[in-house]
Amino acid sequence: MNTRSIPLSGAPAAPAASAAALRLRRDVLRHGVGIVLLLAVAWALPLFVTSGFTLNAVTMTLYAALLAQAWNILGGFGGQFSFGHAVFFGTGAYAMAVLQVRYGIHPWAAMGIALALGALVGLVIGWLSFRYGLRGSYFALATLAFAESFRILANNLDFTGAGVGMQLPLGEGLAQLQFDKAGALRFMATLVAVGLAVHVWLRAGRFGAWLTAIRDNEDAARALGVPVLPVKLGAIALSGALMSAGGVFYVQAFHYIDPHLAYGPAVSVEALVGAIVGGMGTVWGPLAGAAVLHLLGETTRNLFGGAPGINLVIYGVLLVLMVTFAPRGLMGIFGGGRK
Amino acid sequence: MSDATTGRVLLEVEGLSKRFGGLQAVDGVSLAAREGAITALIGPNGAGKTTVFALVSGFLRPDAGQVRFDGRDILGMAPHVVARLGMTRTFQIVQPFAGQTVAENIAIGAHLHVRSRREALERAHEVAERLGLGDQLGKDAASLTIAGRKRLEMAKALATRPRLLLLDEVLAGLNPGEVERMLPVVRDLAASGVTILMIEHVMQAVMSLADDIYVIANGRPIAHGAPAAIARDERVIESYLGHGTAARLAAREAAPAVETAR
Amino acid sequence: MPIEILWPSLLNGLLTGGIYALVALGLTLIYGVLHIINFAHGALLMAALYGVYFLFARVGLDPYVALLVMVPAMFAIGYALQRFVIGRASHGKDENILLVTLGVAIIIENLALYFFRSDTRTIDTPYALATVDLLGATISLTKLLAFGGALATAALLWLLMARTDLGRAIRACAKERQGARLVGIDVDHVFAMSFGIGLACLGAAACFLMPAYYVNPQVGSGFVLVAFTVVVLGGMGSFAGALVGGILIGAVESVGGLWLGESLGQIAIFVIFLAVLLLRPQGLFGARA
Repeated sequence: MNTRSIPLSGAPAAPAASAAALRLRRDVLRHGVGIVLLLAVAWALPLFVTSGFTLNAVTMTLYAALLAQAWNILGGFGGQFSFGHAVFFGTGAYAMAVLQVRYGIHPWAAMGIALALGALVGLVIGWLSFRYGLRGSYFALATLAFAESFRILANNLDFTGAGVGMQLPLGEGLAQLQFDKAGALRFMATLVAVGLAVHVWLRAGRFGAWLTAIRDNEDAARALGVPVLPVKLGAIALSGALMSAGGVFYVQAFHYIDPHLAYGPAVSVEALVGAIVGGMGTVWGPLAGAAVLHLLGETTRNLFGGAPGINLVIYGVLLVLMVTFAPRGLMGIFGGGRK
Repeated sequence: MSDATTGRVLLEVEGLSKRFGGLQAVDGVSLAAREGAITALIGPNGAGKTTVFALVSGFLRPDAGQVRFDGRDILGMAPHVVARLGMTRTFQIVQPFAGQTVAENIAIGAHLHVRSRREALERAHEVAERLGLGDQLGKDAASLTIAGRKRLEMAKALATRPRLLLLDEVLAGLNPGEVERMLPVVRDLAASGVTILMIEHVMQAVMSLADDIYVIANGRPIAHGAPAAIARDERVIESYLGHGTAARLAAREAAPAVETAR
Repeated sequence: MPIEILWPSLLNGLLTGGIYALVALGLTLIYGVLHIINFAHGALLMAALYGVYFLFARVGLDPYVALLVMVPAMFAIGYALQRFVIGRASHGKDENILLVTLGVAIIIENLALYFFRSDTRTIDTPYALATVDLLGATISLTKLLAFGGALATAALLWLLMARTDLGRAIRACAKERQGARLVGIDVDHVFAMSFGIGLACLGAAACFLMPAYYVNPQVGSGFVLVAFTVVVLGGMGSFAGALVGGILIGAVESVGGLWLGESLGQIAIFVIFLAVLLLRPQGLFGARA
């Protein structure tokens, strides 16, 4: 590098839009187009495809993608690995059940409350953890403890139906937040699209830049004026709300929830593995990961019958393999750079 | 170079002390950095210089002492608040955001005042050009050479538009050529209005850049003055070169021994 | 609360705590040396319990005799796991280790679920119901033996670390990995040995636990958080801490169960866990990080 004359402060000649800024705009446009396409296809699909099986498969893949998206916000972008993300899922599910069954609240209003509760639980857990500097394994353990505690509580309180769980009465139509196959697909696709939009916002905005800075080097971020605690709290609240949306869908689609389904490790694992396999901190990673997991799940179901457990074994193997050989996930292998 | 005795005092530190268990890392350090000047904090290894930076910028809480920035008591303020007030520090062991590009790294600094990502990236471009990193913007920060990483560290801090920049050994690990190329960068920074407080080990740089020098050893202040005076100060020589050196040197000058090259 | 109810509950809790301590000893060793939080610990305990079960059911081996089989077997598994899976996957990054041990836990737990369904199994030894009168309370013999086992294991571990060459090597690697390498210690081997020893403790724990308890694929997760609570409470890397922590937790769980009912009593453990993490993360005996 030769010694150049460094211009003194003041405006340099009219700045050419830097390459990075141009790339950013191009990426945002691409993502936007992708989201719109996804929505269009999903909404149109039931018009062309009548196979209930196919519609179901797509819906459940989108559902898994939503869970992975929620985890990705805190884990992928934020670098805080939660092993108990079910705590938010269960909150959303039980909120829907309790509000509708015990208080007769309108389903859509209940959904709003459920999302807010998911964010609130996130804030509480986040405040306790981050305020006291929990990171890495300790944070992961703490989230596990929270999830387990909620499970035990739900199992013992009559308010939540104790061990028996709660059942939702059947209803009619999207206005009642009840789904037929087409409705479920469209609902889920909309949620995933919202999730994608949040991801794009994280990639393209200041909050996301701050969040990834904290993930990559918290002290350096602090020194540059990044307000670490509020940003972390924002991330976990967002993550909690999105995860609780998954719980909302579950209960509305299956009309039943119990402590194990709500707060058990299966949901936490699904969210985590989907995000990691797909590629942490990427926009389309969760969707890619969910698709792969779903495919693998279907394949193993065909090979091993409906035996419980095999699915998750595959997830576990995939997790170990990915971490060992492809830490950037599928997007890292195929995407070529951060997408 | 600015006149170190006339500018307004931007950072004032008085009686700063910090103990870690049995070790008194910093013991009664006081200094003043005047606006527009380059002030240096030097001393042998382990003297507590970086600890002073950590205390001043809010990363550590002092046991005793006062820190005033622009007249305002900032003791106990969190680092990100201190940065917002206009004092940004760099790290001796460079701390890039690994996995992100040079542009993205610098943009974080820019985001302190700028909300729009596009604008932050533009500003990062400007700062990078200014520090000679313009052709490396797209590279992964972890792939830079040590000289590049030192420049990046400065660039990140500079992007925050600081009034006072705490440079922690920006020249450490650079070869003489790289040091030579870095000096005008620092000089121009100061000329553009950024007050600089630098920790430095490379004496050539300190002597040619600094308007005012504080020397500490074992956590304690031992000298303060202009470069010429510091270079001759006995206590400074002793702290760097060992007890009794100053006397030996003076004796040699007084009665030059005959030393012919053999 | 009348003392006739409180005292036996407390004593039983203390003894149960011995088992918790035994489980936690391996965990704290692994953390102290490798700085790994072994999320697979509970699942591995569960696997060991199944091992003890099948040795009894198929081979007729008494669980206490099975110690001779389980301890070396678990050691070997631990050695292989660390050497060939975890060590490989970590690439030196902590987050990776976290995820890999979680992955291993998921695999083991769900394999068990697949092969053994949800059936709970117990073993029926002739002494299973034997009781002993101790200090005015009636306690089960197996629990007392488990407590003794915990003490013995802790003592053995301490001897190992303090008096043997291997122990010295382990301590060296724990303190200063690069330095240990430089003086010729095969760090990968030592790490694998440490992990193996940690799992050997689990093997012993399973042998002592099985007569007094039961096994199904979910027991592992039940133990994971308790074990972590013990380790965090006692202080990461401290054997004494694991003992004291285990006993304390056992007592709290038992007495807490009296008040809150058994399952809610478990929440007391989590509360303690979170409280320690937040307020005194170094635990009782640990060094301040």
